Amino acid sequence: MSELERKITAGRFVVTAEMPVIDGGGIPEVMRQLEPMRPFVDAFNTTDNPAAHAHASSLAVSVALLKAGAEPIMQLGCRDRNRLNLQADMVGASMHGIENVSCMTGDDVTAGDEPESRRVFDLDGPQLLTVARALQSGHYLSGRKLEPPPHFFLGAVENPGTPPHEYRVRRAAKKALAGAQFLQLQLCYRPELLESFMRAAHEIGLTERLAIIPSICILRTIGGMRFVASHVPGIDVPPAVVRRVEQAADPEPECFDIAYELASHAMSLPGVAGLHFISFRKDAGIAKLCARLGIPPRSERDIDGYSAPLAV
Amino acid sequence: MKGSGVVARVEHAIKGPIWNCQMCGQCVLHDTGMTCPMNCPKTLRNGPCGGVRANGNCEVKPDMRCVWLKAVERSERLPVWGPHIDNLRPPVDNRLKGTSSWVNLLTRRDKEYPAGWLGAQGDV
Repeated sequence: MSELERKITAGRFVVTAEMPVIDGGGIPEVMRQLEPMRPFVDAFNTTDNPAAHAHASSLAVSVALLKAGAEPIMQLGCRDRNRLNLQADMVGASMHGIENVSCMTGDDVTAGDEPESRRVFDLDGPQLLTVARALQSGHYLSGRKLEPPPHFFLGAVENPGTPPHEYRVRRAAKKALAGAQFLQLQLCYRPELLESFMRAAHEIGLTERLAIIPSICILRTIGGMRFVASHVPGIDVPPAVVRRVEQAADPEPECFDIAYELASHAMSLPGVAGLHFISFRKDAGIAKLCARLGIPPRSERDIDGYSAPLAV
Repeated sequence: MKGSGVVARVEHAIKGPIWNCQMCGQCVLHDTGMTCPMNCPKTLRNGPCGGVRANGNCEVKPDMRCVWLKAVERSERLPVWGPHIDNLRPPVDNRLKGTSSWVNLLTRRDKEYPAGWLGAQGDV
């Protein structure tokens, strides 16, 4: 059982973070990116060609994290591989001891720098989760035996901030039915939408069935804010938020304040099982934000069994 | 089979103009608010992706309304089958493309799922 599964099953508050993409630089580069986040983060999402840009594969980076003693959440999207290759990567991941797998549909090739690529989408997110569960039950999708069966802790994603808003919770419930045990949410710059999603999920008992983890992005610059606002599919940043950064004397602390406000609001919502951080800061932005939110370092949380954060 | 080719042409002649049917050969229109999910650029069978634009348009085709947004709205008005939109639909059988879903419905060919899919369903 992965540490993430153990902590989530025990009802502990978890902190996950996006591993920055790796291109050149090998293992030393992985270590350099990992170190500043490490004291606070339980598990790291290794991204699968995010925003349709090619980088070192999520499987390779997950193996590197394991070797470094950090826990990966291997993301697996449906855009770039057919069902055969998705199964091959899951079974291969299991061979290396990777258990946390986050299954997603993925954004389109047109979001990236090689929009001329063929999009695959042989499966969608809920189907990929079901296929992962087939593997866990000792069978490939074909029915061919897989012994001994791999063990996975299955994740999925959902976007609370984009239409059809009310249907999003039902789609999350479908993912729980398909086998998702944790659900990381897309960045949401409209707190009222995150709030209605969490309240609805709580009302239908979904937060009891899977651990819901909202995402917070720590930006640094006006350019970064504009990029998220206009180039990331499915993220709607209100113009007032962009203006706030544009008009600030120093954009970096302003971006940090925005991240802090969104994070403390997210932590106050019912059924939130943890937070997922995406940091484009080159310093230890995640550590600083956790400190301000009152989330102790991982070692202290492990000892105290920290589970109920109080929004400060 | 020659006869089924004729049926496929008739089916396409009817369903093409009405639903922009893509002849996947395993029709799920009733489950998706009478909206063909194969018109989604990602050909998703289980709901909208996370890339839908704030105005409700498609991530891939900015001028087109999200197919799944229409499917969800229409399913709410559709008697009997409406709630089926929440069902988990299996992966497309790519061998059936271009064949008649009417024939595949009658012969139950469209209900032949991979054994592993059924196994995974069993342990829900």
